[in-house]
Amino acid sequence: MEPIGGLAILGRAAAQFAPVFVAVAVTFALSLRHRRRLGLYGKLFGSPVAMTGFAIVMFWVFTALFAGWIVTHDPLAQVSGMRNAGPGAPLTGAGAPYPYYLLGGDSLARDVFSRMVMGARRVLAIAPAATLFAFMMGITLGVPAGYFGGRLDTLLAFIANLVLAFPVILLFYLLVTPEIRATGIPRVLAAILFLFPILFLVILWNSRFFTNPRKRVIYLGVTLVVGLWAYAGLAFDADPLGLLGMDPNLLNVFVAVVFVNAPTVFRIVRGLALDIRTRDYVAAAQTRGEGSWYIMLWEILPNARGPLIVDFCLRIGYTTILLGTLGFFGLGVSPESPDWGSTINDGRRLLTIAPHPAVVPALALMSLVLGLNLLADGLREESLRD
Amino acid sequence: MSRFLLRRFATMVLTALALTFAVFALTNLGPNLVKLAKTEASVRMTDAQVASWLSRNGYARPTLARYGEWLGVLPGWRGADADGRPRGRCLDRAPDPAAAPRRCGVLQGDWGFSTAFKSGVIAVIGRSLGATGWLMAWVMAVMVPTALALGVLAGMREGSRTDRTLSTAAIVTTATPEYVSGVVLIVVLASSTVGISPLLADWGLIGSRTLFLGTATSAMERITFWNFALPVLTMALYGTGYIARMTRASMTEVMREQYIRTARLKGVPFRAVILRHALRNALIAPFTVIMLQFPWLLNGVVIVETLFNYKGFGWTLVQAAGNNDIELLLGCSVVAVVVVLVTQLISDVGYVYLNPRIRVA
Repeated sequence: MEPIGGLAILGRAAAQFAPVFVAVAVTFALSLRHRRRLGLYGKLFGSPVAMTGFAIVMFWVFTALFAGWIVTHDPLAQVSGMRNAGPGAPLTGAGAPYPYYLLGGDSLARDVFSRMVMGARRVLAIAPAATLFAFMMGITLGVPAGYFGGRLDTLLAFIANLVLAFPVILLFYLLVTPEIRATGIPRVLAAILFLFPILFLVILWNSRFFTNPRKRVIYLGVTLVVGLWAYAGLAFDADPLGLLGMDPNLLNVFVAVVFVNAPTVFRIVRGLALDIRTRDYVAAAQTRGEGSWYIMLWEILPNARGPLIVDFCLRIGYTTILLGTLGFFGLGVSPESPDWGSTINDGRRLLTIAPHPAVVPALALMSLVLGLNLLADGLREESLRD
Repeated sequence: MSRFLLRRFATMVLTALALTFAVFALTNLGPNLVKLAKTEASVRMTDAQVASWLSRNGYARPTLARYGEWLGVLPGWRGADADGRPRGRCLDRAPDPAAAPRRCGVLQGDWGFSTAFKSGVIAVIGRSLGATGWLMAWVMAVMVPTALALGVLAGMREGSRTDRTLSTAAIVTTATPEYVSGVVLIVVLASSTVGISPLLADWGLIGSRTLFLGTATSAMERITFWNFALPVLTMALYGTGYIARMTRASMTEVMREQYIRTARLKGVPFRAVILRHALRNALIAPFTVIMLQFPWLLNGVVIVETLFNYKGFGWTLVQAAGNNDIELLLGCSVVAVVVVLVTQLISDVGYVYLNPRIRVA
């Protein structure tokens, strides 16, 4: 068989991505139809920039979801004779699940296309979750720091500045190593960091429903049961049901990324809280005799949501870049992992001879981050409008 | 002003101490020391032998005490080896044990010995900083004027086509981390099989096989346009977009001010309004951003130097971390931390100095 040309590659890749295109189209059709009833999300569809960004992001989200259908080969399987094969190279042996390596083979004769698709799943499993945890931590500490001020604020701001003064890569080289895994420090950090989402939700429900015991018991009960179950599984790998667990490598990476992001979120939230606490509605709540936590989480936080949502989008992109950096330096990833950063790192050695193994994940990573940035930019414009 | 400076300086020293201690503690974790013992002495040591090697070489003492010695505020440890010869932190390096100083640490200028490069840490860092200095200088020379010009152009007329185009371009570059833009640039400009180099070679426009060089190793001896353009461009690209966006935001804000409207209504030409009234005020915010870019430039340096194999500070840091070279890694961290803190200080002071609306008592 002959290698197929550029157009044929495009056509075949598009055919593989068909479920993704259908899903994106359905999402857009439904959202455009009901955009008036969807609040901020609906407003997204008023701005071309935000729509472009959202389309790119959703493309990768659905790619991650449907990765199992899209891949043409096992991302770890090596086929003899396909080492550094060019894009569109045909497979020689019989019994292959797909007759071509659409985007060529890498230096270990694995399919670049399938690895890129599986890499999306890995990146999108970690980046949004890590960003969310960083936000939980930043909010839980930042709102009180801004609202109360004083010693607490000084202390927390000092610690945040300490972490921020570290060059990120140095921090990664210190925090993501096999040696540090042996000491158990990542587990301790995870035990602290993963506590914040539970803490946040408990305070959130309690401050709202403490006058309504029945609701409070239900909300707190569900939060604590689910939260502590996930906590035991994720932080200590001690899930009684054996469902949740985190590979130590992954935990190490996750903790490092949250740790790097949280101080920046803290600074933003603190600044917003400092600004909002002087508003009249906060004074009104204080006069009503509301509790501090109620004011912080139900008066200040909802009014800070605009900038926070925008920053959330940007920060997922930044986290993706950080994960790529970790992979690029080979930190905390297994050599077989298809995540984009480490694939770029593997491919760069033969960059001038066989560029495709590095360029494909590089462009994938760039497009995802670009989508997130465009989305954030559009959201910012839309939220400024009202 | 002097009280502000003093307080700021005190915070800075405290931060530096806390950070260096954190690095010291993290690089001197138990498993790291065991690895050090095995690489320095013998790979096949038993646990007991490792423990005795560590205690003989002064590692088996509390971290805080050893941090003090490393810093140079506590006197270095002294002991004796198996034959009864005196050993000690300061003795081992001094030519004459009797004349060895009591304290020898970073503050005394003794930064230790690099196990990976087999030479003094100061010498290694000095050499690598020299190389990185050139890279940084070129990046700054390319990035700052470009970014400011683009930002001012975009922010001059908000919403115009120039603004839209430049802003989109800025978003694209900020979405491209160095390891992506570097890879793409190498493939397009410095590959002998794809990109534009084979075309140019076919047409006989270039003598060599590629237009630019894909590595910057030769720039260590002599910097030329062909071996240095790609690393500089790779690093400058990301920062250019970021600074340009900040400049644009600040410029659009200034252009909405009353005094700009007044100037325009007075009949001052648009050029003069921009150059005389808007520019100085619009450049206050980007100044802070540019100064705060230095810590990020350190990250960029690490990636770009690894990618282009340029043996500067970032490359050294990676080598130190990869080879468990504790003292070199500590030295690198000190340099990095000092650079970050000093730029933060300059940024704060410069902001106060440039902005007449802020007064610090």
